[in-house]
Amino acid sequence: MGTFQIDFSNVRPQRVVGIDLGTTNSLVAYMDASSPKVIPGADGDPLVPSVVSLDPAGGIIVGNPARAALVTHPDRTIYSVKRLMGRGIEDVAGELKLFPFKVAGKGESVLKLSLGEKVYSPPEISAFILRQVKRNAEAALGEEVRQAVITVPAYFNDAQRQATKDAGRIAGLEVLRLVNEPTAAALAYGLDKRKDAIVAVYDFGGGTFDISILKLHEGIFEVLATGGDTHLGGDDIDNLLLKIALEDIATEWNQDISTHGNAVQLLRLAVIEAKHRLSTLPATTIEFDYNGRQYRRELTRDLFDRLITPIIDRTLAPCRLCLSDASVSPDQIDEVVLVGGSTRIPLVRSAVETLFRARPHTELDPDKVVALGAAVQAAILSGDVQDKLLLDVTPLSLGIETMGGLVSKLIHRNSTIPASATEVFTTAVDGQTNVLIHVLQGERELVKDCRSLARFDLKGIDPAPAGLSRIEVRFLIDANGILHVSARDLRTGREQSVEVKPSYGLTDAQVEGMILESIERAEEDFHERQVREARVEADTILAAVEKARQNDAFFDLEESERDAITLALNELLVVYHGDDHLLIRAKIDQLNQATMKLAENMMNTAVSNALKGTKI
Amino acid sequence: MHQGHCWQCEHPAEHNLFCTFCNSLQRPQTDYYAFFGLPHKLRLDSADLQKRFYQLSKLLHPDRYTRRPQREKDYSLEATAILNDGYRVLRDPVRRAEYVLIEQGFDNGEPRSKDVPPELLEEVFAWNMAIEELRGGDQSVRPQLEKARDTLQGMLGELDAQLDARFGEWDSGHGKPTLAAIRAVLNKRKYVGNLVTEVEKALTA
Repeated sequence: MGTFQIDFSNVRPQRVVGIDLGTTNSLVAYMDASSPKVIPGADGDPLVPSVVSLDPAGGIIVGNPARAALVTHPDRTIYSVKRLMGRGIEDVAGELKLFPFKVAGKGESVLKLSLGEKVYSPPEISAFILRQVKRNAEAALGEEVRQAVITVPAYFNDAQRQATKDAGRIAGLEVLRLVNEPTAAALAYGLDKRKDAIVAVYDFGGGTFDISILKLHEGIFEVLATGGDTHLGGDDIDNLLLKIALEDIATEWNQDISTHGNAVQLLRLAVIEAKHRLSTLPATTIEFDYNGRQYRRELTRDLFDRLITPIIDRTLAPCRLCLSDASVSPDQIDEVVLVGGSTRIPLVRSAVETLFRARPHTELDPDKVVALGAAVQAAILSGDVQDKLLLDVTPLSLGIETMGGLVSKLIHRNSTIPASATEVFTTAVDGQTNVLIHVLQGERELVKDCRSLARFDLKGIDPAPAGLSRIEVRFLIDANGILHVSARDLRTGREQSVEVKPSYGLTDAQVEGMILESIERAEEDFHERQVREARVEADTILAAVEKARQNDAFFDLEESERDAITLALNELLVVYHGDDHLLIRAKIDQLNQATMKLAENMMNTAVSNALKGTKI
Repeated sequence: MHQGHCWQCEHPAEHNLFCTFCNSLQRPQTDYYAFFGLPHKLRLDSADLQKRFYQLSKLLHPDRYTRRPQREKDYSLEATAILNDGYRVLRDPVRRAEYVLIEQGFDNGEPRSKDVPPELLEEVFAWNMAIEELRGGDQSVRPQLEKARDTLQGMLGELDAQLDARFGEWDSGHGKPTLAAIRAVLNKRKYVGNLVTEVEKALTA
């Protein structure tokens, strides 16, 4: 009914959701009228296990069903993929030994994983998880979701952040912001705080550890410092218990089952369950049955605490460094927030309490608090929340390689982002037309001890005698913690082209390719979307016609005209819930035709009333 | 668009952050003092600076520009980077002074041998020996180095006081000689600062 006036107050801006893409579980949340809410999956579980499995028919399974497949099809199932995001093959060699899945395509620069007969990069695997939570959100909200905030560990480097953003793009999401997980948690907690406070967030999850210290002041959440370890989490505790159990079994049964994929996964689940029980019980038994044999092992909280003490201790050094970076003493900490499933462990809680001399907050579920905070940030970006603002920092110093394999720091860690630095480069040889800049992230002084981010090739420099060209390079870290590099020739004033060779992770072209592939795979999603869009259009016209039927103009129509409208209306209602979008559209057109004259009459009345100066 | 006019509505912009006519964010200026709306003084009220930082953050942060045209998004990113970079520089007396020195045409000085406080020369030699010995495992030099750290930190405090006095001179209109004096104090401070770092590194290793 094109001639009806559109009521703009009903055109809502696009919804932005918040996603916690976790090592163990992923969640999606949105901002309700007043508070953030987690959206459960079709099975009612708010936590979607971050597990992806390829069923023998070639279909991708995500979440709880995939978690079940860990035991039945360990070679076709991938878990904890977050630990592999943005990393090189050599980084994760040790870690991969513990995973049942295999690295594909050795010798390639980008890490790829075998999933059954298919091969995927970590961002593609993460994209499957994102797609699933996106679908959950769309089903619950009844509208398409295209924009999201995704959380990352605060201590994630540039490559890991870029990989997460790539995963979003592959899943069909515009990632409006990457938010650091501890900062998101502070947002979720500090929502109704009015007074100034210094807050420490201790985030101990499945695979990563983060510590952040924030200052809250009049709605501003200013991160003072952050620190952590991207390879420290509950997984490490699981692996420790798993190793002990495997050794026990090797002696007791005189059999090494560590090469039996499904046995190892079954045992892994058994030790995880025991670990969970020890958060509330003083003692428990690890129970594992395999091929008719039984393994039972008593585990007391006391022994468990002693076993995991070295792991918990590894979280304390980053905490102390973070306090010193923030120039804050433990006494000045007003509140401590706990995030991540591993903070359910009593030993972790008492260690945190001792260090910060404050009783930690546990009102919000540590599994959900990050997703809730992500939803708050999503509402800040969409403009629905206007009295809060997050000022975050970059966790790692950014530098460039200089003579002798040294790193010259340009942007220091814990600088508020966006942050920038400029540096002027020149040529060393007559007629030199390009300059290569090696950018690194890390705190150490030698190139070999820092993390290589990328090599930037400044190309097409005007040939000149050595040292005469002056190229000003600007390094800019955006609000997502991702680096952008631009360059200008100071002699000509021209923008200089910069070619990026990322050291880890995917090139833009590779991501584009994956997006295309995922679109092919998303045929059914596409169909679903078309049906949904047709229904949205139907909603609009149904509402308009309903309103028009109250109008005098409707009763001025011939009876046959009124009947035609009612008939078309009913026919649209009949096909509305079907899944044939073409049929829905055909009936929309039919209703449009039937109401043409009505629309015209209403418009004429409106115009003549307006001319007479009377209110419609 | 031409210089000095709003990119959106062509209204004269006169170096404001926002167009006074259509309220669009403009290409930000890069001078930190002008950006914060402060006179080019070396003594700053840090509470006032922080207040300005928060106010400007609320106006300029990219989070506030998600639904705005691409050009404003770009300017918001630019402006917030300048704001954050500027806040880091202006809130720290040493970096603030370095910034003003470079603005006034001084080079960013590398400590030269003449900046080494002469009364320190002999001691520095002894401290370096002690650092080597401590690294070698000789704990007996520890008290000597702890004393060195205290001495050096005392010197830093003294240099900071000198710096602040010079800041006052510059702000009340004393010219370039004051800046030259500030340059000398900063170089000395850098030298002493490096020594403190070395000693502390050795003590905590």
